[in-house]
Amino acid sequence: MMIDVRGLTFQYPSGPGFTFPDFTCAAGEHLLVLGQSGKGKTTLLHLLAGMIRPTAGIIKIQNTDIAKLSNRDLDKFRGQHIGIIFQTAHFVDSITVLDNLMLSPFLSGKKTAESEAINVLEKLSVGHKASQKPASLSVGEQQRCAIARAVFHKPSVILADEPTSALDDKNAEQVIDMLEEQARQTGAALIIVTHDKRLKDRFQKQITL
Amino acid sequence: MNLLKISWSNIKHKPLNTLLSIVLLSFGIGIISMMLLLKSQISEKFDRNIKDIDFVLAAKGSPLQSMLANIYHVDVPTGNIKVSEARRIIKNPMVAEAIPLAYGDNYEKFRIVGTNEKYPNHYGCSLAEGHLFSAPFEVTIGASVAQETGLKIGSTFTSVHGYDNAADDADAHHHQLFTVVGVFARSNSVIDNLILTPVETTWMVHEHAEEPATDSLNVDSTHVEPEREMTAYLIKKRNKGAFGMLSKQTEDTTMQLANVAVENSRLMNNFGLGLSTITAIAIVIMVISFISIFISLFTSMRERRYELALMRTMGGTRATLFTLIIQEGLLLVVLGYAIGLLLSRVGLLVLSHFMQESFHYGLDNLAINSQELALLGLTLLVGLLASAIPAWQALKIDISKTLTNA
Repeated sequence: MMIDVRGLTFQYPSGPGFTFPDFTCAAGEHLLVLGQSGKGKTTLLHLLAGMIRPTAGIIKIQNTDIAKLSNRDLDKFRGQHIGIIFQTAHFVDSITVLDNLMLSPFLSGKKTAESEAINVLEKLSVGHKASQKPASLSVGEQQRCAIARAVFHKPSVILADEPTSALDDKNAEQVIDMLEEQARQTGAALIIVTHDKRLKDRFQKQITL
Repeated sequence: MNLLKISWSNIKHKPLNTLLSIVLLSFGIGIISMMLLLKSQISEKFDRNIKDIDFVLAAKGSPLQSMLANIYHVDVPTGNIKVSEARRIIKNPMVAEAIPLAYGDNYEKFRIVGTNEKYPNHYGCSLAEGHLFSAPFEVTIGASVAQETGLKIGSTFTSVHGYDNAADDADAHHHQLFTVVGVFARSNSVIDNLILTPVETTWMVHEHAEEPATDSLNVDSTHVEPEREMTAYLIKKRNKGAFGMLSKQTEDTTMQLANVAVENSRLMNNFGLGLSTITAIAIVIMVISFISIFISLFTSMRERRYELALMRTMGGTRATLFTLIIQEGLLLVVLGYAIGLLLSRVGLLVLSHFMQESFHYGLDNLAINSQELALLGLTLLVGLLASAIPAWQALKIDISKTLTNA
């Protein structure tokens, strides 16, 4: 199993606590996590990404209990195995789009050719923006570039946080198409957390918080 | 892709933020480095010109002036002394060597100094071409004189009365022709800027100048050998304690003995005080630049919290971010250091040009000296300290919270 979550709880030091249902997600499987605001969707995503550590429970990704990794190993593991798409696309502003993509293999130490980055950018029709600074791109283009950055190094898990919330129907559909297509091509497990009801009918496997 | 490239891009991305830091730092560094260069070069140059000269025997006046005039040739002499009187001192067994100097004229602001072969020999001067003066009105010229005036062997010129004035008064001109018979090779000593001739030349020039007056007053008198005068003698002592003994002998005369070591250290102290003041100002500028770099790095780190958190999600470790920010600090200061060094060289060249004009004193050694390497160490330390706190803050970034709130 690519992702295996059991007995997961998280308590903010001086805030709400969350108890999450157990779930699994196999390689190539796509999972939609639905929930209203405040139900801990982003918290779950950050737990899966190892950006925060659970209060209790086990998160296994590719049979690695990520809560047991050291800080440094967790950073590296995240960089090599997990691609994350945040609600709003952010970049290192001082370098080009292509360099922003190549930052990922550089930081994680997972060798990935520049041609792969250009390939994916082109597939997402932002290839012509590769040598521009991120700030000069439209919001939609930035979102595509963020997707490209999350997937081009072929992570085994792709996590997306509200990828469609800011987009109209047509663009929302396109973005989900792209995500599914990229996940399918690399056989990655795809988890999308959202409150966007438009996505409800597209995914067979769903959990609701 | 490497970390240095990212650091560099970050610095370039917000040029105005970094400009102030770099300008301040490079000014601080520039001034300090210029002071270091100035101090080492001037004292080196002074030492080279003193070169074992212990005393200057000259007319009573300021001993400092007497040293400046007769050793460095940057001030006017205190007056003349009588050869007959001076002979009592220079024949003293405590005197190892006495170099006579008799001067009062210049050619294009280069002093014409009457002396003998001991003077160039003292500085180890060798001839580039021609030979040493041997008869009155023959001159052997220093390398800088040859270079700047274009005089060469066989050239003739007339002198102007005075030490470094230009010829603007027709009366100041003498009419005797000097002939260049030799050119010294560059010795980096004061000789480079002098025109040397036998002492008799100086005497003859000034006898001539005074002749009409004496003739009209003593029409019938027999020709009287005039009292010979010198401007100064440069003296090397034979043994310790010579200064007190020789100095005593000058008490009832118009002469005085200046102790070169004492006068020079007095000069260097005054000079050093000026340099210290300027250096203190430079250090204040450095401190301000340190604060400026700190604020610039700190605000830039704050603004880029999301970027830094993002880099963590892409596999960057805390150490990566720490290195990134320290590196930006170091890049800034190295840039400031390089520009500062450049500024100090430009400043020195300007100053050297100015000094060359007024004193014939050039500063030419622009190589990086060991003190400047120490300054580099200090600069790197400033960079490290200024970036340490922002880098530390970057270590503590809560990536989940940062990315959620963005």
